[in-house]
Amino acid sequence: MKARHKRLGFVVAGLVGLGLATWLVVNALDNNLSYFFSPTEVKQNKAPAEHIFRLGGLVEAGSLERGKELTIRFNVTDNAYRIPVAYTGILPDLFAEGQGVIAQGKMGTNGVFIASEVLAKHDENYMPPEVADALEQSHNAATGAN
Amino acid sequence: MIPELGHIALILALCMALVQSIIPLVGAHKGIASWVAVAKPAAQANLLFMVIAYGCLTYSFLVHDFSVSYVAHNSNTALPTLYLISGVWGAHEGSLLFWALTLSLWTGAVTVFSRSVPDVMVARVVGVMGLVTVGFLLFMLLTSNPFERLINVPAEGRELNPLLQDPGLAIHPPMLYMGYVGFSVAFAFAIAAMLGGRLDAAWARWSRPWTNVAWVFLTLGIALGSWWAYYELGWGGWWFWDPVENASFMPWIVGTALMHSLAVTEKRGAFKAWTVLLAIFAFSLSLLGTFLVRSGVLTSVHAFATDPSRGVFILIFLGTVIGGSLLLYSWRAAQIKSTVKFDIVSRETGLLLNNVILVVTACSVLLGTLYPLILDALGAGKISVGPPYFNSVFVPLTVPLAFLVGIGALMRWKQDDGQKLFKRLIPHFVISVALGLIAPAVFAPTYSLGAALGVGLATWIILTSTQWLLDRNTAGRGLLQTIRNTPRGGWGMLFGHAGIAIFIIGVSLTSIYSVEKDVRLEPGQDYELGGYVFHFQGVENFRGPNYVGAKGTINISKDGEHVVTVSPEKRNYSTGMPMTEAGIDAGLTRDLFVALGEPLGDDGAWAVRLYHKPFVRWIWLGCIFMSLGGLLAASDRRYFKLARKTRLAENESTVGAA
Repeated sequence: MKARHKRLGFVVAGLVGLGLATWLVVNALDNNLSYFFSPTEVKQNKAPAEHIFRLGGLVEAGSLERGKELTIRFNVTDNAYRIPVAYTGILPDLFAEGQGVIAQGKMGTNGVFIASEVLAKHDENYMPPEVADALEQSHNAATGAN
Repeated sequence: MIPELGHIALILALCMALVQSIIPLVGAHKGIASWVAVAKPAAQANLLFMVIAYGCLTYSFLVHDFSVSYVAHNSNTALPTLYLISGVWGAHEGSLLFWALTLSLWTGAVTVFSRSVPDVMVARVVGVMGLVTVGFLLFMLLTSNPFERLINVPAEGRELNPLLQDPGLAIHPPMLYMGYVGFSVAFAFAIAAMLGGRLDAAWARWSRPWTNVAWVFLTLGIALGSWWAYYELGWGGWWFWDPVENASFMPWIVGTALMHSLAVTEKRGAFKAWTVLLAIFAFSLSLLGTFLVRSGVLTSVHAFATDPSRGVFILIFLGTVIGGSLLLYSWRAAQIKSTVKFDIVSRETGLLLNNVILVVTACSVLLGTLYPLILDALGAGKISVGPPYFNSVFVPLTVPLAFLVGIGALMRWKQDDGQKLFKRLIPHFVISVALGLIAPAVFAPTYSLGAALGVGLATWIILTSTQWLLDRNTAGRGLLQTIRNTPRGGWGMLFGHAGIAIFIIGVSLTSIYSVEKDVRLEPGQDYELGGYVFHFQGVENFRGPNYVGAKGTINISKDGEHVVTVSPEKRNYSTGMPMTEAGIDAGLTRDLFVALGEPLGDDGAWAVRLYHKPFVRWIWLGCIFMSLGGLLAASDRRYFKLARKTRLAENESTVGAA
């Protein structure tokens, strides 16, 4: 086989590989993205009804209900609106009332957000940037700034 | 006094780094021998000052000098000594100091262990590493000085983040940093070779052992982090595709590609330009990792409270390093020509495929990690890319790679006979497929094709690696002699590849056969999972050195026989930060894992998380094997032989001159 043919072979193989990888990536990205929404945006019906998304804000003080069973209920708020959340399972260590939280899941039919995952943080002073932004926006909207 | 001493040492270290970079680089360019000779002493002086600075900070921690802001924020008098020492690298400023110290250590090591390398080359390598040191020291002195004093000295310091109070995590960052920073040596060798216009097999040989050692540290660092996350976070997972994990994994993937590509460049003189590019990428990804972790742009379980202004500095630094080296590359690459020819069926092709797959994999991980940041920066919404993305891209890409591991090692350099190769491989292939298909049916609770694939691939790698060793057993030699004659480099490859096989078994069986359940358990209640009965006895309160805790007792039995009693804990540290300590019974074929959640109601019932995880230990065992392989390869005799030969030649020439 001539050197030119060989090089052509490598190029074709490389392109096929790259195409395959791109297809994998695009396909996987399509199925596994989840967008972030604040409670205000959820109230404005900006969040998808069928797809999973991430809801972020503060755990409203006094809203946490722990029953005898594993399901836990609490409200996520951006100080403008609140969304009730239900989660079944064990919460991360740093989950507490008044703290920032991000929950991933879907809206249930009765307006309750059914979380499949609640995100933990390593540091008690840390506020997820999305949550900080959401709080600032609702604050600005309330004070008429912006 | 001591903190000021540390601060001054840091400034002196910066001055030495400037000397270490500018004078040797200019000297090497203009051919001034006395300037070239400055490289080694300057680098060693820089190391000395860095050690002093680091010692001062450690001392401040040990004597509880809370007038130093960093010490007051990250330690208190109740903290055990081990965590006072590890607390030094527990937060931003100190970990940067540690980064810079590591860089100086690697540079110092280069000055000591590069006897076989020409002085001009060493001067350039040390100079390039000096430039990186300058960048980091400037960053530290300008934005994050670890020796900053507090005006109002607190009587007691704050608590070190309880998650960091763990022996596993105490050594995880140093390992990771040694790996990250170690790639700076390969990077510096590549840049130095481009500056000197000497891109031959020699530079590949010089940088190979360094790359291997750095890679070993990185492998161990990542494995430690994964092991720590497994037992400390209480989630029972060993990898989360968290952006910060990816930040350490990307340099690892590219570093793995670099190790293999360096082999081709050394042995065959091919892939020269490509190898240089990989060396640049490996180090750039290490820097990117530092940026991602330290700038606070990420939503990650690892993202500690951070300061965005620092991010801007790192971003500029990152741009300068990557941009500068790529500019140099584009200027020099045209002159680098690999004229060596090789056939389609040859080890070169195998290693080329290895490189292509690894780089594509690294790119897909990079894309998944940066995509949310890019979309956010464009104002296109805030998204997150979950673990399913990474799994569905990573697995299809790496399965062919694992298959290739078996073939590549058996192929000859330059050209091989495809038919003969096929004939040699076919029995191994048949056995691997058969074993893979049968094993899950015999041993596993349910049949799974994924498990069959995992077992098959692992068998394939082990069989073909054994074949490689047997092939060395040529006529007239006993097996023992063959084993003795096989160079360390060969053993390195065998161990590294065996590590992959073990890792594949661990990953596939754990992901497929793990059972996990969050349940509500009352004292005296049983729960059955994975063939084991978990008997919950109850929870008792107790007091630790700097926390109050609740300790649960769970008796685990199988077929009516007691297996083990585990005691998971829930701790509340004095800062008010809660922590979960899982109760784990480790075993070669399975782990039993129990974590406490929350008390439910007043009758002593708790939410409890139960896991049965088969073969999870094999994941880390595989990493240990891979690291061992890297160490063996780095200690190959030919690197030392070369050094001794040069030393002898040097001595002779000095004798001759006298």
